[in-house]
Amino acid sequence: MGRMNTVIRNATSSAVSVSGLRKTYGEKVVLDGVDLTIGEGEVFGLLGPNGAGKTTIVRILSTLIPADAGTASLLGHDLRNEAGAVRSLIGVTGQFSAVDKLLTGEENLFLMGRLQHLPANERRARASELLERFDLVEAAKRTPATYSGGMTRRLDIAMTLMGRPRLIFLDEPTTGLDPRSRHTMWQLIRDLAAEGVTILLTTQYLEEADQLADRIAVLDRGRIVAEGTPEQLKRRIPGAHILLRVADAAALDAAARALPEGSRDVNELVLRVPNEGGIRSLRDVLARLGDGVAVEDLSIHTPDLDDVFFALTGNPSKERN
Amino acid sequence: MTTLTIAFQDATTMLGRELKHTLRFPLLIVSTILVPVVMLLLFDYILGGTIGQGLGAAAHGAPYVDFLVPGILLMTVASGCGPTAINVNTDMTGGIIDRIRTMAVSRGAVLAGHVGGSVVRALVATTVLTGVALLLGFRPKASIPDWLAVVGIVMAFSFALAWLSAALGLVAKSVAGANGSTLPIQFLLPFLSSTFVPADSMPAGVRWFAAHQPFTPVVESVRALLTGTPVGGTAYVALAWCAALALVGYVWAQAAFRRGTQ
Repeated sequence: MGRMNTVIRNATSSAVSVSGLRKTYGEKVVLDGVDLTIGEGEVFGLLGPNGAGKTTIVRILSTLIPADAGTASLLGHDLRNEAGAVRSLIGVTGQFSAVDKLLTGEENLFLMGRLQHLPANERRARASELLERFDLVEAAKRTPATYSGGMTRRLDIAMTLMGRPRLIFLDEPTTGLDPRSRHTMWQLIRDLAAEGVTILLTTQYLEEADQLADRIAVLDRGRIVAEGTPEQLKRRIPGAHILLRVADAAALDAAARALPEGSRDVNELVLRVPNEGGIRSLRDVLARLGDGVAVEDLSIHTPDLDDVFFALTGNPSKERN
Repeated sequence: MTTLTIAFQDATTMLGRELKHTLRFPLLIVSTILVPVVMLLLFDYILGGTIGQGLGAAAHGAPYVDFLVPGILLMTVASGCGPTAINVNTDMTGGIIDRIRTMAVSRGAVLAGHVGGSVVRALVATTVLTGVALLLGFRPKASIPDWLAVVGIVMAFSFALAWLSAALGLVAKSVAGANGSTLPIQFLLPFLSSTFVPADSMPAGVRWFAAHQPFTPVVESVRALLTGTPVGGTAYVALAWCAALALVGYVWAQAAFRRGTQ
């Protein structure tokens, strides 16, 4: 029975299926053959530096611009031939908040409800539910001119949710938010995911993708250079290590003799020792070091998505300028 | 619900929003009334004495204000182009149009709302202008059917210019650019037409231009209706211009809407 379910689920469980997506603007190739599959109910993180093509993917999949080549199917509907059906199932929150600045928060939600053709009672119920959930009850009767960045962003996402979309695009949802608003936004996204909504999230923040996404694709110069769960991606990059900082060159020599596998940085007076085995190998390193070497400072480093990202996309600073 | 019902419902929703905007931010409609009022006072009080004497047969024996007001009414309609282009551009650059383009909303609804709002504003503004003109001594000789015909022409002209303004608003990069691109419609066309003086009195080149641009037949039709003189074929020329401008504006605006922000 369980096996049956799995088979059926697999047959219908792809919310987004993209193959060979290409887009060029004049000479500039923005998307160079992108393939993506997002399962239903999955939070999929599209990670990449500025200019990698993240927003272009969102704009194509949300029916705003046509692709030059490639096919895409969203929730069983062909993007090119059934754009209307796709639009009735998706919700899009773009990179810049698209709220009506002359309407109040509540009126913005009502406007979306009307355009979604919700009956009046359902419109009111859904709007007050979303105002409550996005902590905008106090602000409901005010215009967004009086809102903070985080509040405007929350209103924007609430507007996207008025029509209960099954697939949501969030294009850099926390860019420009302060840390506190970012954490609030993360919790809202987790809540959405818990309801079973499929989410395609773009971000330049590795921590954000790590926190929220079930699977991540790393996009660089219009190509997907890596894909997998955050854990899978981290495993691709070895590099867990311990850094030992010592007081002088003599201490560095002593430390290097005790731990010959380490590599030393004479200028920084630092010894970098590989540490793939976690706590157990840490204990071993400390034992071999003994009491003879004066260690000023010790820090443990595990590879994070930053390491993966930099390893896959090259020098990030060169990329962003 | 049929597609047509949904399209109508969406357009009504967007019209309601547009009217709410106008009430929330009345400065835009106030400015479209103020400029023509200033023009009316300037031309009637300051320049009217001299111009009126020079009008001769074109005035049909009436004071200059009777010649002037019909033109000013259509200038009022034209000054509505600015707010329409500004509002459409604000939606375009502010992401509202992109947001709605990702929704299952009928394609024409957003612009239909703006155009409808523009026509409503034009009716309000021309009504206020007519009131001011009556206070200044404007004495129209129009019958009720004449008045209805005037309202019809004002609406048709406003509808045509609104589609054109919507297109200008969509393609402009900024709000200031959107407003700027409507200035020729707001000022150049009225001045180079028979709005203030008969086109016959102008130098040959300008006269030719005045005779072959939309303002002149539209103004002359309204003037004939309000002064109780025969309208003749001018009204058909005026309506043909309105239809042509509306069509160009509509096709252009729809294409720009489908392209969206680049």
